[in-house]
Amino acid sequence: MKFTTLLATGIATFATSAVAQTEIQFWHAMGGRLGEVVEEIAEKYNASQSDYVLVPTYKGGYEDTMTAGIAAFRAKQQPNLIQIFDAGAATIINAKGATVPVADLMTEHAGGFDSADYIEGVRYFYADSDGKMIGMPFNSSTPLLYYNKEIFAEAGINAPPSTWEEFEAMAPKLKDAGYQALAQSHSPWIFSENFHSRHNLQMATGNNGYDSTDVKILYNNPEMKMHWSKVKDWLDAGYYGFYGRGWGDNQDAFVQKKTAMWLGSSGSFGGLKASADFEFGTAYLPYWSSIIEEPKGTFIGGAALFAMAGKSDEENAATADFLKFLSSPDVQYFWHKETGYVPITNAAYDVAKADGYYDSTPDAEVGILQLTQPGGEWTKGYRLGFYVQIRDVMYKHYEDIFSGEATVDEAFSKIESEANDLLARFNDTYK
Amino acid sequence: MKRVQFEHSAVPYLFIAPQIIIIVIFFLWPAAQAIYQSFLLEDAFGLSSQFVWFRNYTDTIVSASWLQAAGFTIVFSTLVTFLSLAIALLLAVKANEVIRGASTYKTLLMWAYAIAPPVAGLMGNLMFNPLIGDLYQGMNALGFDFDHKLDPYDAGFVVVLISVWKQVSVNFIFFLSGLQGIPKGVQEAALMDCKSSFRRFWTITFPLLAPTTFFLMVINITYAFFETFGIIDTTTQGAPGGATTTLVFKVFQDGFRGADIGGSSAQSVVLMLMVLGLTVIQFRFIEKKVHY
Repeated sequence: MKFTTLLATGIATFATSAVAQTEIQFWHAMGGRLGEVVEEIAEKYNASQSDYVLVPTYKGGYEDTMTAGIAAFRAKQQPNLIQIFDAGAATIINAKGATVPVADLMTEHAGGFDSADYIEGVRYFYADSDGKMIGMPFNSSTPLLYYNKEIFAEAGINAPPSTWEEFEAMAPKLKDAGYQALAQSHSPWIFSENFHSRHNLQMATGNNGYDSTDVKILYNNPEMKMHWSKVKDWLDAGYYGFYGRGWGDNQDAFVQKKTAMWLGSSGSFGGLKASADFEFGTAYLPYWSSIIEEPKGTFIGGAALFAMAGKSDEENAATADFLKFLSSPDVQYFWHKETGYVPITNAAYDVAKADGYYDSTPDAEVGILQLTQPGGEWTKGYRLGFYVQIRDVMYKHYEDIFSGEATVDEAFSKIESEANDLLARFNDTYK
Repeated sequence: MKRVQFEHSAVPYLFIAPQIIIIVIFFLWPAAQAIYQSFLLEDAFGLSSQFVWFRNYTDTIVSASWLQAAGFTIVFSTLVTFLSLAIALLLAVKANEVIRGASTYKTLLMWAYAIAPPVAGLMGNLMFNPLIGDLYQGMNALGFDFDHKLDPYDAGFVVVLISVWKQVSVNFIFFLSGLQGIPKGVQEAALMDCKSSFRRFWTITFPLLAPTTFFLMVINITYAFFETFGIIDTTTQGAPGGATTTLVFKVFQDGFRGADIGGSSAQSVVLMLMVLGLTVIQFRFIEKKVHY
């Protein structure tokens, strides 16, 4: 008797949920505190309506998530929504038929879509060459300079450097005070990609890769070589610390007061607030005044959400509904405040301003201000195939510069030839 | 002439069927897939593909980074195999002679066996962390200018050290049981003939251990080639500058991180052939010197 009731209730519950609610899968790469915030957003969404259920799943790092998505797609088990990072964008966007462009998805299921709602810096990165958004920017970050205010006071320095020339002048003072001046967490991202954006330099032919896959990399340029010769000098002089390729290892050096400054992501803001036991500030990514007088904005980093193809209309409607919820001003403001990632729409930015968030926490606005700086010809972003491997190629040769295994010239000519081989392979694969 | 026919029964086949099915599903079929994929240029999502003959081989194998990885793999495997066998043999011989508290020594030497390579790698990574690692700071305090994040040799030292540490216990167990299997009579006869324990070891004990040593060598080379992946992935990840990238790690980097399925399949096929060649050499030439 008891058992049959239980069974009947079970079937009834199952039946109602199956009929009434559409479940959609969302695979993401947000671990730690960021993952908790994603869970909170999912809960908010599920509580806000009764038609759809969003199931977020943490799939590991960015590369792991992309690999899991690829394997799932090949097995026809793909999730509805997947988070793909900047360097993987070319892989998923060039695989025609792997995703439904979010602009189309939103127009069809969520009553329209206007990319002008999105802030300047994130509008084009995940769009095709006509400006149509393929992926929905999600966790958008930008490289920032973090500095330890206590160490600065100790060394008698008032303000963080805005140019690398200023940095060179203050580094010896920090060294005398017993600190390394600088560490950095992602040299391909900050000292390569964003170096080009900040100085308005072209990164690759074919409109930085947006117009074609048949492109060549332009990293082997005098500005980059000048910069990296300087970085090597800084390393040898003890101004620059290299703690390996791991993001956290270099951030730890800043948290443990080994280095006075650290180049990281605006998305690190929330985590640093929790882990650093000193007062720190944020500043724009420095530039060389010898290269450019008026520096430009930076690229966004982070990742975007892609709606995978092969799903029913009903599920696509659910995906579109969630994306609409996610880009709504309140949710964006919550995400921005909890993580430090920039709000992706103008409306969300206005909400944050109106709420007085930047009056109490001015350092949280630096990232979005940097992204909304005047754009140049080469600040939209880039779209390069096999870019994950190209980043590995860069890391490899940067380490060779540091260890003295290769000169700057040798390293960059190798970066150029190895990256171009990869780009040619990509072009032949995806043509 | 009349052919002799025995009655065949299906029962033996039934008994080996589970093993055969496992081999086909988990070994032969993936190997065939890898060979097939190695001739294709295919996008990551499998939406388009084209047959390109040996393009994947020429693109990936004839590259500076693959040759560097191959060079490192050979040096690394030789070092790991030799050192973990030599250290384990020394420890086994010494532990075998201990009378008081023998089982304590043996247990302590064995229990690292239970640690999986990625865990060993994680522990090693912590000990060599530039900010909090005791071994890192110890090395520098001793006056070595130690920096495995930038120096290729220091990085090589770290991965070899962890890999050897992890493997010594396995070898120790086998060597110890090999030593205990040597008949007492032979040992006593040798003792009467020769006073030098050093000479007794090399003329009597070591040759009698040859079957164990040969078996362990095969196991250790496989370990150094493949299983150390977990250690490298959790410590250096092939850095600095690709100096500690083994061939298996490169297959993983290109295939899984980079989504280049054709290129990484071509590399796995070459790796497969290398291991096949190595196995043939081991069994045809080295095994002949082993007396069972």
